[in-house]
Amino acid sequence: MADAKRPLPNPNEYDTREFWAATKEQKLVYQQCDHCGTVVFHPRRHCTGCLGNALSWREAAGTGTVYTFSVVRQSYHPFFRAQVPYAVAWIDLDEGPRILSNIIGVADPAKDVAIGQRVTVVWEPHEDLSIPLFRPA
Amino acid sequence: MARERSAAIVGIHEYPSRDVEGTVSPLQIKAECAAKALADAGLAWRDVDAVYDASEGGPMSGLSICEYFGVKPNVIDTTNVGGSSYEYHAAHARRDIAAGKARVALLTYGSTAHSNAFAIGVGGRGGGGVGPADNMESFTGMTLVANYAMVARRHMHQYGTTSEQLAEISVATRLHAMRNPEAVAAMTALEFLDIRETTIADVVNSRVIADPLHLLECCMISDGGGAVVIAAPEVARDCAKPPVWILGTGEATKYPENGGDITVSAATQSGPAAFAEAGVRPSEIDIAMIYDSFSITVLTILEDLGFCPKGEGGRWVAGGRLRFDRPKDGPALNTDGGGLSSNHPGMRGIFLLIEAARQLRGESCSQVNGAKLAVAHGNGGMLGSRHCAGTVVLGRN
Ligand SMILES: [Zn+2]
Repeated sequence: MADAKRPLPNPNEYDTREFWAATKEQKLVYQQCDHCGTVVFHPRRHCTGCLGNALSWREAAGTGTVYTFSVVRQSYHPFFRAQVPYAVAWIDLDEGPRILSNIIGVADPAKDVAIGQRVTVVWEPHEDLSIPLFRPA
Repeated sequence: MARERSAAIVGIHEYPSRDVEGTVSPLQIKAECAAKALADAGLAWRDVDAVYDASEGGPMSGLSICEYFGVKPNVIDTTNVGGSSYEYHAAHARRDIAAGKARVALLTYGSTAHSNAFAIGVGGRGGGGVGPADNMESFTGMTLVANYAMVARRHMHQYGTTSEQLAEISVATRLHAMRNPEAVAAMTALEFLDIRETTIADVVNSRVIADPLHLLECCMISDGGGAVVIAAPEVARDCAKPPVWILGTGEATKYPENGGDITVSAATQSGPAAFAEAGVRPSEIDIAMIYDSFSITVLTILEDLGFCPKGEGGRWVAGGRLRFDRPKDGPALNTDGGGLSSNHPGMRGIFLLIEAARQLRGESCSQVNGAKLAVAHGNGGMLGSRHCAGTVVLGRN
């Protein structure tokens, strides 16, 4: 399936639509509560730290640290099966959010990705949004 | 604390086939298992006054499964927390029986995941849009195996755990599977290569599915099902088999949090609650039935239930400690052969209760002599992102 595409997020999903709208301008955004300071991620309409909902969108620098990762060797998904081996990682952004993404731009993901590695966002553009991927900083 | 004896497992049945080749439906498996578990207890359909169902057989199962079975219960509970659903059902059945709302509770499970060629572990994730969390994650191609592998990777980083230590779980489980004819038949039906006891080297030399997890650290995908009957003390007294008492239960959730520790599971919350209610310490447990979706699931949960300090699990399991024939060293693990080598049709939780009950009745293929106390711990959802935990402490008369 040469024409298989990456499964894309729903740009109209209620809680995350502002996040995905910002990716069109290649901005990586997260929410912080005006009242209690809690960083809220994934995006939501309410604060998980207090009973408020005064959340402000902030732009992250796009840099972070690999918290943990795995290199996928087997997938039956029509798009991802052609990508193996590829690295999936939880990344701690410097501002606090922990985001799931892929580490790209490495010759051998099993050797060139590590916990604690510094990474920076790279964007994969699509029609309605861009996908935030990461490469070693 | 007194070990309150308000409800007991009195009937069990595990569907023997792991490859039904499209000949039966999940509902038919549930009904057959229910009838056999009721017969095991010396009870009948008419005795059932509480039904617990995870809706794996279809929507609105609180109604549909009752009609299908032909029962009219007073208590209906359709809690679905994935593979841990049955530990929740057991906890709720005990609660409902203790409250006087029911006397005979029926739990059933049926699945044809294998026949449906349902690629649970490596199917990848579909398109986004189900909910906000999924909409932030499904673009990455994180397979279910990778989800768990990320826990293993972090555990290795934080505590020095090795693949050889994780392999101990697969080796002990396979040893028990080889003693269980139904498990051997299952591996044969599912066309496992080279069906025999395994070594640490076998496991770490098997193919990597998602680093650092190898093929022999991943559960099978089978067909199957089972049923459990739980009854009030006055019913249990007259049942055909000795009662297996539910002594304590615990429930908990875990989900991704910014700055959270992925190596810690919801068992840290459900385990202490269950042990405290039972008045039992982990060191007293003879049998540990722990949801072995993957090796790392068991290692994490053994630590989180308090069998050893956090981070010590790798060193603790080393040297074959989890085998059924080393009872002085700690609990025997998954003596039926587990999800790794006997039965995993997608939601394994009911088999944890069934094998724990077999052990406490003295009916296991890998019987621990004189086993008095067991823990069944279900993990539903995904260890590395969001999951529910259900812990049930069980004891014999
Ligand atoms: Zn707040």
